[in-house]
Amino acid sequence: MSEEKNPNLVIDDTYEPVTYDPQYILMVNNLKKYFPIKGGLIPHTVGYVKAVDGVTFNLKRGTTMGLVGESGCGKTTAGRTILRLSGEKTGGQVLFNGQEVYDLSSKEMRAMRPKMQIIFQDPFSSLSPRLPVGEIIGEAVREHNLVPKEEFNDYIDQIMDDCGLQSFHKDRYPHEFSGGQRQRICIARALALNPEFVVCDEPVSALDVSIQAQIINLLEDLQQKHNLTYLFISHDLSVVEHISDTVGVMYLGSLVEYGETVDIFRNPLHPYTKALFSAIPIPDPDAKMNRIVLEGSIPSPANPPKGCKFHTRCAMCKEICKEVVPEQREIEPGHYVVCHLFDQ
Amino acid sequence: MAKKKSEGYLSAKESRRISRENRKITNVFEKQRKRKNVPEEEYLTQMHDPKNAVEFDDLHTYFYTDAGTVKAVDGVTYEVPIGKTVGVVGESGCGKSVTSLSLMQLLQRPQGQITSGAIRLNLGDKCYDVTKAPDDVMQKIRGNIVSMIFQEPMTALNPVFRIGAQIEEVISLHDATGMNEEQMKARTIELLEMVGIANSEGVYKMYPHELSGGMRQRVVIAMALACNPRVIIADEPTTALDVTIQAQILDLLRNLKDKINSSIMFITHDLGVIAEMADYVVVMYAGRIVEKGTADDIFHHPAHPYTIGLMASKPVVGKQVDKLYSIPGKVPNPINMPDYCYFKDRCEMCVEKCNGEYPCEVKLSDTHYVSCYRYYDQRKED
Repeated sequence: MSEEKNPNLVIDDTYEPVTYDPQYILMVNNLKKYFPIKGGLIPHTVGYVKAVDGVTFNLKRGTTMGLVGESGCGKTTAGRTILRLSGEKTGGQVLFNGQEVYDLSSKEMRAMRPKMQIIFQDPFSSLSPRLPVGEIIGEAVREHNLVPKEEFNDYIDQIMDDCGLQSFHKDRYPHEFSGGQRQRICIARALALNPEFVVCDEPVSALDVSIQAQIINLLEDLQQKHNLTYLFISHDLSVVEHISDTVGVMYLGSLVEYGETVDIFRNPLHPYTKALFSAIPIPDPDAKMNRIVLEGSIPSPANPPKGCKFHTRCAMCKEICKEVVPEQREIEPGHYVVCHLFDQ
Repeated sequence: MAKKKSEGYLSAKESRRISRENRKITNVFEKQRKRKNVPEEEYLTQMHDPKNAVEFDDLHTYFYTDAGTVKAVDGVTYEVPIGKTVGVVGESGCGKSVTSLSLMQLLQRPQGQITSGAIRLNLGDKCYDVTKAPDDVMQKIRGNIVSMIFQEPMTALNPVFRIGAQIEEVISLHDATGMNEEQMKARTIELLEMVGIANSEGVYKMYPHELSGGMRQRVVIAMALACNPRVIIADEPTTALDVTIQAQILDLLRNLKDKINSSIMFITHDLGVIAEMADYVVVMYAGRIVEKGTADDIFHHPAHPYTIGLMASKPVVGKQVDKLYSIPGKVPNPINMPDYCYFKDRCEMCVEKCNGEYPCEVKLSDTHYVSCYRYYDQRKED
């Protein structure tokens, strides 16, 4: 049939399965998430938006991984797909503590949920305006029967205290709080379930600089206290450098570079990473700017360029880049890059 | 009397009383504004320094809300020299945007009123006090002599009109003497090319939703530049954009400023962007200027504890610290401002004198001013 021939509709979900390594809390292998585009007179799928297109990384227990990239590159979708929050995946593996997340039944998934939590981007729209703060934080705790009924109130007080909220805030509603306090409520809500792994989806982007520092310090303190693992999604590179141990740089749905924070910031290899880092404004009027300004904007993920996805904006584009998809290569131990420039 | 049950709570009766009083105050201002045929002498003044494009002189902008009076801008004095960029930094709610809206006379009236002070705008051969200028005069100034680049390129454009029509509207209102339709279109396309839109003929016919965020911001900039304004107010023009697109837009603004020799008032909360763009920096906190000086003064010799805290709380790429400094507490309630230094409750460098009234401006050098008691003994005589 004609559908078979349309290259836009072919989903390549082959991957080499990984085996569980206990030092990693999360192993993501070639994860893909496509969203169908409906069109035509009789609506049918005419293509896919390849929001996450082959993301592979491992996350050690108790560490923080930063995920950076421009808006629309699929950072948030990657975070949500890992938590199984946006329907079924399209391909790949997500091993959480060695367990494939997408193989669980809904009952098993429910038991797994407290272990993996998310802090959403916008503290103004992610809190129900009709629930008092105590209920927002405590609802899931009660639902999952995490603490006995008689200890419930003390437990909520304890969590709120950890997150820098006072216990008399419990009966107030979200609109009575400032942005920084609301973000604290979001953090308290996630931590109340005693999670092992938290996806922080741009937790400080909506906040002022002085409040940002408070929230970042809070997240770091809580990580030490509860041995948490964070996946920190942000477009603010300076924040990511400060908080994370490893960094993944995303472009158009795939990781282009991945490694230790120190390695990546000291020695960025991929041309996109270089351009991204050179665009960070430095608060020093005398700082020299060797800025690589990228031309144009990010191509549409529904119709990504052939070969290397970055070749349309790359200053060092070669012939091979336009045809062949580059492979992931390990340049230094733990420092991976996806670029033809590093072919032998 | 159930005046206050808890902090921030107002009874309906109390709220009604406040709004009645507010109406009395705002009616006086509105009556003053609504007069017809105001003679030019009333708003004609002299610039203190003819090298300045705009001078803010002890500006007070208040909002009369039903919960009380918000002193959004409370005594702000600074100058924007011709051909220079002035960066205004501060947290949200500190009055940076309200200052610029006062200059444009775009405040939400009747609640928002300029209660005192002057904004002197240099028109070349004469000078107007914007605070006293009537609406019909303001209409000729807005978009023509002073124009604004808004924060959200998504909402600043009208979704139901084509890009070309929206830019042409600005030209036809101010600059269209002796232009026919074709010339106007040519000028619009020239503007689109100037802001670096490659496919300018195509974009001319497009609707805003067909463009990406960076492209929309370019269109908004093209609109602001349409009449070669003397002053451009850029209100967080890159906050909603990615770093790579931000770099493109900042480059563009820098080049354009040199091309048409106008002044830019650059409002942002990103210190990195300010360092890159600004010649002079104004740091605002809770409606007042706490520190002002050249970019070099502010970034290399920050004096006010708030400026120092702000710099320390921003992580910088390449500088690793174990723990970020965070300014404790939060901004005081704008309705009940304390009568001592507004920053005292969050300040870790307080001295005894800080309990006194709000500190006055101390001159540290010819360009560097700070409002803090810690520098009173370093004061230089004028």
